[in-house]
Amino acid sequence: MSREDVLVSAAWSEENLETPGVVFVEVDEDTSAYDGGHIPGAVRIDWKTELQDQVRRDFVDRAGFEKLLSAKGISNEDNVILYGGNNNWFAAYAYWYFKLYGHTNVKLLDGGRKKWELDGRPLDKEEVVRPTTSYKASEQDASIRAFRDEVVAAIGNKNLVDVRSPDEFSGKLLAPAHLPQEQAQRAGHIPGAVNVPWSKAANEDGTFRSDDELREIYAEAGFDGSRKTIAYCRIGERSSHTWFALHELLGYDDVKNYDGSWTEYGSLVGVPIELGSGKDA
Amino acid sequence: MSAAGCGAPAQGGAVAVSETETVVSGRVVAGGAPVGGAYVRLLDSSGEFTAEVVSSPSGDFRFYAAAGTWTVRALHRTGNGQASVEATGPGVHEVEIAVA
Repeated sequence: MSREDVLVSAAWSEENLETPGVVFVEVDEDTSAYDGGHIPGAVRIDWKTELQDQVRRDFVDRAGFEKLLSAKGISNEDNVILYGGNNNWFAAYAYWYFKLYGHTNVKLLDGGRKKWELDGRPLDKEEVVRPTTSYKASEQDASIRAFRDEVVAAIGNKNLVDVRSPDEFSGKLLAPAHLPQEQAQRAGHIPGAVNVPWSKAANEDGTFRSDDELREIYAEAGFDGSRKTIAYCRIGERSSHTWFALHELLGYDDVKNYDGSWTEYGSLVGVPIELGSGKDA
Repeated sequence: MSAAGCGAPAQGGAVAVSETETVVSGRVVAGGAPVGGAYVRLLDSSGEFTAEVVSSPSGDFRFYAAAGTWTVRALHRTGNGQASVEATGPGVHEVEIAVA
């Protein structure tokens, strides 16, 4: 797998806005971003109301995903280009989610909405309607999604990559610094986890760092390329960004995203938690 | 999970800050005029990225941080800029960033 198979540049995207079979999809949690101006022709997917089950804490099921993509006018053959705000966190999450349900031809717009805006590329407010399709999803690919028991069992034998900020990792903060801090769960990290904040994988403009830079960043943090890996953050979107870097860009083949992440782990009764930077242990 | 995901709440407006929270708040300006839609990054004392928000139409931004010395850096298609702020403890710490 090469970078060209999983990432497209903003320049390529602008040249392919009207290419048949290429569908741009904006994925955000804050949908007002899309309403304020989106890439011309892009449809939107709401991370919270469309990708999450609205009762249980889980994803929409296979039939639900089929219904969603059919209604959005996305077909199995389409080349889906995902982008969004927050340095592509939710777009990366959607990328992983599309892969989970077996969509083969999906890519991320490198740098997402930020790079697009900083480049001064066009946005419009036109309503986008695509003809409905009959989308068929696969069963979830269990090889890229980790659940809690597997995470507890991985302590001491797999790479656990905590991609939150150092202050969240050490237990000083419970959420990223752009959010209020009232949370129910305990602070800290999974014992033995290495802390490689997702942001290390990105340049200031939101694009991914080069493969060589990425390899160096993970090696420096104590990531062992010969081991299996589970990435986690707070709710699983920042770790999707890192899952993308490790699995899609660097090609490590056994990398899972733990979407339960700290909001699940930090609320479990009886599991071990480590505080501090973890480097002195 | 918590009520919100990981997206930032609306920037600007009045903010209720609990007694324990340390907030870094401010405005992005260019030639004295507010700059909305700038990407504002909160960097810790070692220059490490901590958080990012997009400034409101009135140029406002806000971070829930911890005590310490922070750099706030704004990126906008018209230019970039940064400023330093000393958050001594709980409360709201104001800072202005000029971009050019």
